[in-house]
Amino acid sequence: MAECHPVGFQWVMEAKRKGATIIHVDPRFTRTSAVADLHVPLRAGTDIAFLGGLVHHVLDNDLDFREYVVHYTNAAALVSEDFRDTEDLDGLFSGYDAEEQQYDPTTWQYENAPQSAAAGMRDPGQPGGPAASEEHEAARSEQAGSGGPTVPAKPDRDETLQHPRCVFQILKRHFARYTPELVAEVCGVSEEDFLRVAKALTENSGRERTSAFCYAVGWTHHSTGVQTIRTASILQTLLGNIGRPGGGILALRGHASIQGSTDIPTLFNILPGYIPMPHAAQHRSLEEFVAEDAGSTGFWGNMDAYTVSLLKAWWGDAATQDNDFRFDYLPRLTGHHGTYDTVVNQIEGRSPGYFVVGENPAVGSANGKMQRLGLANLEWLVVRDLTMVETATFWKDGPEIESGELSTEGIGTEVFFLPAASHVEKKGSFTNTQRMLQWRHQAVQPPGDARSDLQFYYELGQRIRARLAGSTDEMDRPLLDLTWDYPTEGPLGEPDAEAVLREINGWDGSGDALSSYTQLAKDGSTACGCWIYCGVYADETNQAARRKPHWEQSLVAPEWGWAWPANRRILYNRASADPDGKPWSERKKYVWWDAEQGKWTGDDVPDFVADRAPDHVPEEGAQGPDALGGRDPFIMQTDGKAWLYVPTGLADGPLPTFYEPVESPVRNAAHRPQRNPALEDVAEPANPLNPPESRVFPYVFTSYRLTEHHTAGGMSRTLPYLSELQPEMFCEVSPRLARERGLDHGGWATIVTSRSAIEARVMVTARMRSLRLGERWVEHVGLPYHWGANGLVTGDSVNDLVGIALDPNVHIQDKVGTCDIRPGRRPRGPALVDFVDDYRRRSGAHPAEEDDS
Amino acid sequence: MSNSLSGPLHDVAGDAGHEAHPPRMGFFTDTSVCIGCKACEVACKEWNLVPEDGLSLTGMSYDNTGALGASTWRHVAFVEQPIGRASRSTDLGMPGMGPPPDATPPAGPGQETESGEGGVRWLMSSDVCKHCTHAACLDVCPTGSLFRTEFGTVVVQEDICNGCGYCVPACPYGVIDIRPGDGRAFKCTLCYDRIGEGMTPACAQACPTESIQYGELDELRERAGRRLGELQEQGVDGARLYGADPDDGVGGDGAFFLLLDEPEVYGLPPDPVVTTRDLGSMWRHVGAAAGALVGLGVASFLGRRR
Amino acid sequence: MREQRMVPEASPDSYYGRPIIKEPTWKTPDVPLYLFLGGLAGASAVLAEGAAVTDRPDLERVARVAAGAGAALGTVALVHDLHRPERFLNMLRVLKPTSPLSVGSWILAPFSGLSAAAAASSVTGRLPRVGRLAGVGATVLGPPLATYTAALLANTAVPAWHEAHRELPFVFAGSGATAAGGFACLFTPLDQAGPARRMLAAGALVELAAAERLTGRLGLVGEPYGQGRPGRLMRTARVLTAVGGTAALVAGRRSRTVSVLAGAACVAASVLTRFGIFEAGTASARDPKYTVEPQRERLRARAAERARTLGR
Ligand SMILES: Nc1nc2c(c(=O)[nH]1)N[C@H]1C(S)=C(S)[C@@H](COP(=O)(O)OP(=O)(O)OC[C@H]3O[C@@H](n4cnc5c(=O)[nH]c(N)nc54)[C@H](O)[C@@H]3O)O[C@H]1N2
Ligand SMILES: Nc1nc2c(c(=O)[nH]1)N[C@H]1C(S)=C(S)[C@@H](COP(=O)(O)OP(=O)(O)OC[C@H]3O[C@@H](n4cnc5c(=O)[nH]c(N)nc54)[C@H](O)[C@@H]3O)O[C@H]1N2
Ligand code: SF4
Ligand code: SF4
Ligand code: SF4
Ligand code: SF4
Ligand code: SF4
Ligand SMILES: [Mo]
Repeated sequence: MAECHPVGFQWVMEAKRKGATIIHVDPRFTRTSAVADLHVPLRAGTDIAFLGGLVHHVLDNDLDFREYVVHYTNAAALVSEDFRDTEDLDGLFSGYDAEEQQYDPTTWQYENAPQSAAAGMRDPGQPGGPAASEEHEAARSEQAGSGGPTVPAKPDRDETLQHPRCVFQILKRHFARYTPELVAEVCGVSEEDFLRVAKALTENSGRERTSAFCYAVGWTHHSTGVQTIRTASILQTLLGNIGRPGGGILALRGHASIQGSTDIPTLFNILPGYIPMPHAAQHRSLEEFVAEDAGSTGFWGNMDAYTVSLLKAWWGDAATQDNDFRFDYLPRLTGHHGTYDTVVNQIEGRSPGYFVVGENPAVGSANGKMQRLGLANLEWLVVRDLTMVETATFWKDGPEIESGELSTEGIGTEVFFLPAASHVEKKGSFTNTQRMLQWRHQAVQPPGDARSDLQFYYELGQRIRARLAGSTDEMDRPLLDLTWDYPTEGPLGEPDAEAVLREINGWDGSGDALSSYTQLAKDGSTACGCWIYCGVYADETNQAARRKPHWEQSLVAPEWGWAWPANRRILYNRASADPDGKPWSERKKYVWWDAEQGKWTGDDVPDFVADRAPDHVPEEGAQGPDALGGRDPFIMQTDGKAWLYVPTGLADGPLPTFYEPVESPVRNAAHRPQRNPALEDVAEPANPLNPPESRVFPYVFTSYRLTEHHTAGGMSRTLPYLSELQPEMFCEVSPRLARERGLDHGGWATIVTSRSAIEARVMVTARMRSLRLGERWVEHVGLPYHWGANGLVTGDSVNDLVGIALDPNVHIQDKVGTCDIRPGRRPRGPALVDFVDDYRRRSGAHPAEEDDS
Repeated sequence: MSNSLSGPLHDVAGDAGHEAHPPRMGFFTDTSVCIGCKACEVACKEWNLVPEDGLSLTGMSYDNTGALGASTWRHVAFVEQPIGRASRSTDLGMPGMGPPPDATPPAGPGQETESGEGGVRWLMSSDVCKHCTHAACLDVCPTGSLFRTEFGTVVVQEDICNGCGYCVPACPYGVIDIRPGDGRAFKCTLCYDRIGEGMTPACAQACPTESIQYGELDELRERAGRRLGELQEQGVDGARLYGADPDDGVGGDGAFFLLLDEPEVYGLPPDPVVTTRDLGSMWRHVGAAAGALVGLGVASFLGRRR
Repeated sequence: MREQRMVPEASPDSYYGRPIIKEPTWKTPDVPLYLFLGGLAGASAVLAEGAAVTDRPDLERVARVAAGAGAALGTVALVHDLHRPERFLNMLRVLKPTSPLSVGSWILAPFSGLSAAAAASSVTGRLPRVGRLAGVGATVLGPPLATYTAALLANTAVPAWHEAHRELPFVFAGSGATAAGGFACLFTPLDQAGPARRMLAAGALVELAAAERLTGRLGLVGEPYGQGRPGRLMRTARVLTAVGGTAALVAGRRSRTVSVLAGAACVAASVLTRFGIFEAGTASARDPKYTVEPQRERLRARAAERARTLGR
């Protein structure tokens, strides 16, 4: 966190000053470890085992926050008799189809909860794919919106938690094997270290105290990434650390506004505000589309109002009750459209054109060769960027040109490079990790031909519409009917970003800005570009631009920026009070029930129906928010409870299970299946995978960032002040590995996988630890992934080494893999191809079978 | 004016001739909370338009800047140490430590540690000009290019410096240097242009963890004392203040530090002394030697004529 | 194993072996040459005035030329060393007693003028009065010019220079005298060169004694004077000085050849000494141990002292 979120890390340091204990779990000793109280190195890709061990520790020693668990989680819910756990089926859950490498989740349901396709699983034939490099938590589970998938009815419960089929007991059995011994064997974490973490965490959780988890891509970039976060969620929920001040699982997002571009998505499978993207075959009408949610409990019950308001924002007067608010104008999913699917389509000639806007896949996305093969097989490519990134120059200086696998003359792609204005050259908002929007003013005019993306798209739209003007073709109607009329300003005629924000916020029938999403209507009387952002322009004021210093307001600082939803700073904060609505403790007081006034009150905006008393029991058959009881704090969940067990919505099981990374030097010590059974393979000749336990690729590599650079380097390798701070691609190895392979500190090393080989300068450091797993040592090769061919400092790209095999929920690739490392520089030209071929042959690596996926 | 050359001096700006002047401003750099993000280095360069200082990999942990210099006014040091060898130990026996040429990893077992045992500590510290109470650089500058500001800080006036280079070896901390190709001496100005406007220096402003704290020196010294107490109470190994003592060899630093190990581990001199402390003795000896030369000359003409 | 790889406690800690202080940016040969020329010129002025007083016109002329030319060349060397030579005159913006370079500039500037005038007059025979007056002035400034350069070096954080601040002026005075005497020997007829030889010999004695004391007293910090290139320079200089001085005393009176050779040896020795001292200083700046160890030692001593007084 210190490395990649140094500004956010100031609060960690502040907490430390006030006495907080900081624990850092990372294969490497980093800048974060340097200031942590305890650094626990573990083998990359084994976090589920580690966290699972903690869950086991909590359950085994009755250390859970029982009152919280009973009332606020689904611990008491009973699960269907048909459900079989990994304990019963040798590492698999019931419903596995080995042929398809997929699960049928039918048996995972709650008892007596009628089977229904959950929002996230609406189309089992559509596993989708994210704009993968960006999105860590997206796709199928996202399809259910921010609230998780639909469970039509509240399940039967056993509040004593004794029923053998209640979630709590299932959990206990499921995690029973995650003992400290297993943790040591899988993760290479000593029992002492493990117990120190367990003790620190459990002693700091409960009524009086809370603990927070911060994570980013060390947890998510795995073929089991989603289940890692699930494990953490289970742990935090058992400990009562959710919805309370000082608690939570804080996803540290990536690019400055990556949260914003998930909320108002760049992802193919969701619409603004996590409304799922309709599917061509299934959702032929608005009614069909909202049906599953309309009837359900919680705030997703109002999805019809959110969707209609969105359609009104986009198509204005053209969207009427009679024409289904032009639901038919929305694009539809027909299958996979994620970034890696797109690349496969390019390689296979099914995808002729490509817009690359603010991304540098030739360096940043896994399997660089596949990326470039895709780019080389296009008709046209548009790159909009601040600098001349490798994605725009692959045709002349990509590694395949050097190796002779591609030739400039042979590449037919027409490349358009359009310079983009940077964040200081335009105004707009950033949404940060805390879901907080902060307004940015323009500091300077963009240089030369550089223009903001907003202006580019606005003008592109105008030109296309001008061309289509007068068209009578029905196909052109969606474009021509769009509300595409923003006021422009400044010397360059920029569309006014505040006008866009106001449209996102939405307005009522008389055109006045709305102040809350609860005002949204399904009758077409309101328009709103993104329902969760409704309120950001309340009172016709840009609330995101508020900058009242924290010393002039309360601890929660509600007047700094604006956080969705409804300027709430902690989600599910009803859980900060006990079932009766009283704060769990004076120390951790946050939001509580004021019986006199008959409403919820506190430091933050209560995340609950304002006047719903703690003892409220909803009427039988109530729907939407009305179905929430006074003790159902998780208001976006259909049953109002935090899910320890996920009856529906995940592709790889209702509970997290440890599987080895796709490429691993060791056998799975926890379960029989070596890798995630529901794994999504990408079958391409350029994507061979190193076999498990390969002697040819005996080391683990993991990639990461340096504070001094940014991602694929376009924004840092081009700047002298950053380039000089980390001028060369290097790899980090332990002294033991250096000896084993004869690597010299400061010298060169070649790192090889079955995809490619790259070279790097060697940093031999005791910060890299040799881990002992039982009888054997495991060594990591640490690889910062910022380098490429262009810029002031250049070097080989780590992603040329990385293979693609995806988490089935969000389609993210593994951050870790196996490799060999040897002293010296890599072969040049065609010799490189032979060199890698030789490795591939010796290891028996081959691409996944086509019919696997 | 008795302590103009060395020893404690309360009113540095006054001593330099500033009549009514603001309080002495300075830095307290608390390295115990430094996360090595180098934002200070970059912010300094951005604000002061300091040129890039070389694109070479040093092999010194994550430090590719190396040292303070004419084009590096803030420098973040990275010190890797095996735990338990924190204080006073010297070569850390770690291959990751040395510069590349002679840095082949030594053979033999002993490095590998099972998870949980041993371990490593990584100290980071952002170094800067100390704005000494008795600043040797300023004392020796023959042109008056270096001067003492009303804030008690030490600043080079670029338009006067003739590049004589005297300040360079005079500084006991190795801070100031001549910029090749330009020929003038440069160093941290404590953002004279910013603090004059009531702004915080760029480096301190950028520091996310408040490792760099800017303020009135007296207040900073108190704060540092409290922080040291806190750390000692927590049993933090080796915490100490550096440059905070007005009785030290330079009369105390305007920019002082809380360190977690001996100063030399971070590349700082353990007991710096302003060279002009011995100036009286120097001039006396120069005078005596000049006298001796006269005597010698006279003597040469005594005695026989041939 | 790791224990064994640790350097023993006594050796200096440092940050990746990097120097703690900055090496002087002064260039060679400019600065050591300047040191030499200043010494030559300053001592020559004294020699010239003595010659004038004792009526040794040949010796006077040679010495005046040495003083004038030495100062002129020295100034050139100094200006050449500036990284911004066009700003040389900024040296004379202020007079700062804390800056030997400033003081030195204020000595060098008038000295150059005076010694040039004196030399010119002496060579051409014109304006003898003015020449004489100028000569007197140069004589007053000569000795400080020869010795201030010791303060110039010593008033830095460079360990081998700073710690030598007591002896260096004497080394420089002696070396200046040796050079002036030696130079005069080269061009002065035997019958007038007596004082030059004596100055040479006396200077040699002073220089050798002071240098001996310097290395003896400095201990660790004196090491660079005896090691590597500076060590070789210093040793050669010592031998040349000793041989030249002895030869001049013993046989210089009789043989012009011996006198010239002795003179040449001493001039060379003086040059080598300045290079040796200069390079010893830069070497001591480069190696952090010369900065750290003595400071450490000082701290230890202070701590021990404190413990002792507390113990009482
Ligand atoms: N300076 C800087 N800041 C950035 C970025 C940048 O490029 N530079 N990028 C931004 C973006 S886009 C993102 S997504 C975030 C990412 O932020 P982070 O996730 O913090 O970034 P990484 O450095 O990729 O990975 C974090 C750590 O995960 C560790 N790790 C690797 N494998 C494993 C594993 O299996 N388990 C565990 N527990 N740890 C593992 C690595 O050693 C590394 O220290 O940072 C953002 N901030
Ligand atoms: N091996 C490995 N690979 C990884 C990761 C890893 O940890 N390991 N991390 C992954 C992650 S989390 C991420 S986010 C990706 C990042 O990978 P990419 O997104 O492909 O890489 P970036 O360099 O961040 O590309 C962003 C580009 O946007 C440009 N840009 C900046 N502002 C603007 C703007 O306003 N408009 C336009 N048009 N362009 C702009 C920048 O110049 C830059 O070139 O990398 C992924 N790849
Ligand atoms: S670069 Fe920007 S987003 Fe990243 S830590 Fe710094 S301030 Fe935050
Ligand atoms: S640290 Fe050096 S450069 Fe800075 S004021 Fe002191 S003597 Fe001058
Ligand atoms: S180099 Fe410039 S600042 Fe330094 S002493 Fe000389 S004139 Fe003064
Ligand atoms: S005070 Fe200003 S000049 Fe000095 S280091 Fe900080 S930013 Fe640079
Ligand atoms: S900005 Fe602050 S935390 Fe970052 S390196 Fe500099 S002093 Fe350390
Ligand atoms: Mo990211």
